[in-house]
Amino acid sequence: MATVKISIMLKPALLDAQGRVVQNALKSLGYEEIESVRVGKNIEIQVPDAANLDAQVKEMCGKLLANPVIEDYKYEIVSAESAK
Amino acid sequence: MKFGIVQFPGSNCDQDAYYAAKDVLGVEAEYLWHQTTDLRGSDIVIVPGGFSFGDYLRCGAIANFSPIMQAVKDFASRGGLVVGICNGFQVLCEAHLLPGALVRNDGQHFVCRHVNLTVENAHTPFTRGCTEGQKISIPVAHGEGRYVCDEAVLEQLKATRQIVFKYATDEDNPNGSVDNIAGIANATFNVFGLMPHPERACDLSLGSSDGLFLLKSLLQGAK
Repeated sequence: MATVKISIMLKPALLDAQGRVVQNALKSLGYEEIESVRVGKNIEIQVPDAANLDAQVKEMCGKLLANPVIEDYKYEIVSAESAK
Repeated sequence: MKFGIVQFPGSNCDQDAYYAAKDVLGVEAEYLWHQTTDLRGSDIVIVPGGFSFGDYLRCGAIANFSPIMQAVKDFASRGGLVVGICNGFQVLCEAHLLPGALVRNDGQHFVCRHVNLTVENAHTPFTRGCTEGQKISIPVAHGEGRYVCDEAVLEQLKATRQIVFKYATDEDNPNGSVDNIAGIANATFNVFGLMPHPERACDLSLGSSDGLFLLKSLLQGAK
């Protein structure tokens, strides 16, 4: 088995309203020096190891998991073998 | 004349759309459950507002893969009229029937109030009962309605007059949409999406009947 860890973020050019609110909250806690906060999401998928896993993950991200109009994604594949 | 009103799990303006079609416009209307691929002879397909599939992943992202959406895409490719309202607009963007995307309101709040819109293009099947520059007041109710697209798409929307409605002023813009965009059509002007709710403003007892300008346009548009 492999674990695919996918990280999805709004494109840098887009205002992240949620991140801005979190940043303001951090400021109110005294972290005045923070320059920016952006909030994204993580998706973990368990899947049998396969030769074309990389292509499969790209397809899943392109079709459903991320919206290329507004989001960037990156991922890493951790196979059970390498995790030992 | 028949309106088909798509129902996803989590749709919640389906009954408003049905009421607007059946009781206000007086035309035939039928619900279309998302698992069907049969549009049952609909002349116009409405993708209504709500929170399809709980807004999981992204608003409209899961609904795009319901069986009915392939039928809606085929219908649209044959020139059929498709209108997405609020969550329906989000679904149509996710389905790439409309360009761009809708993201969280810049003020973070869920905004539920009447806003003033300007009719930017009255030469569409969705606005033929309006006049250009006309101001109408209809409600919005959304948390993720900020329309975004890249610069090239925005230029194209302007050049081809695909921007159908704008929020009338910056103050009316409830979500930070680029260029105050409230509703857009596709390049062939048979698919249309908007965040405000015309179906909630078709009876003066509901505070406004300005939604009728749009809804009545559809009756002419489908001919």
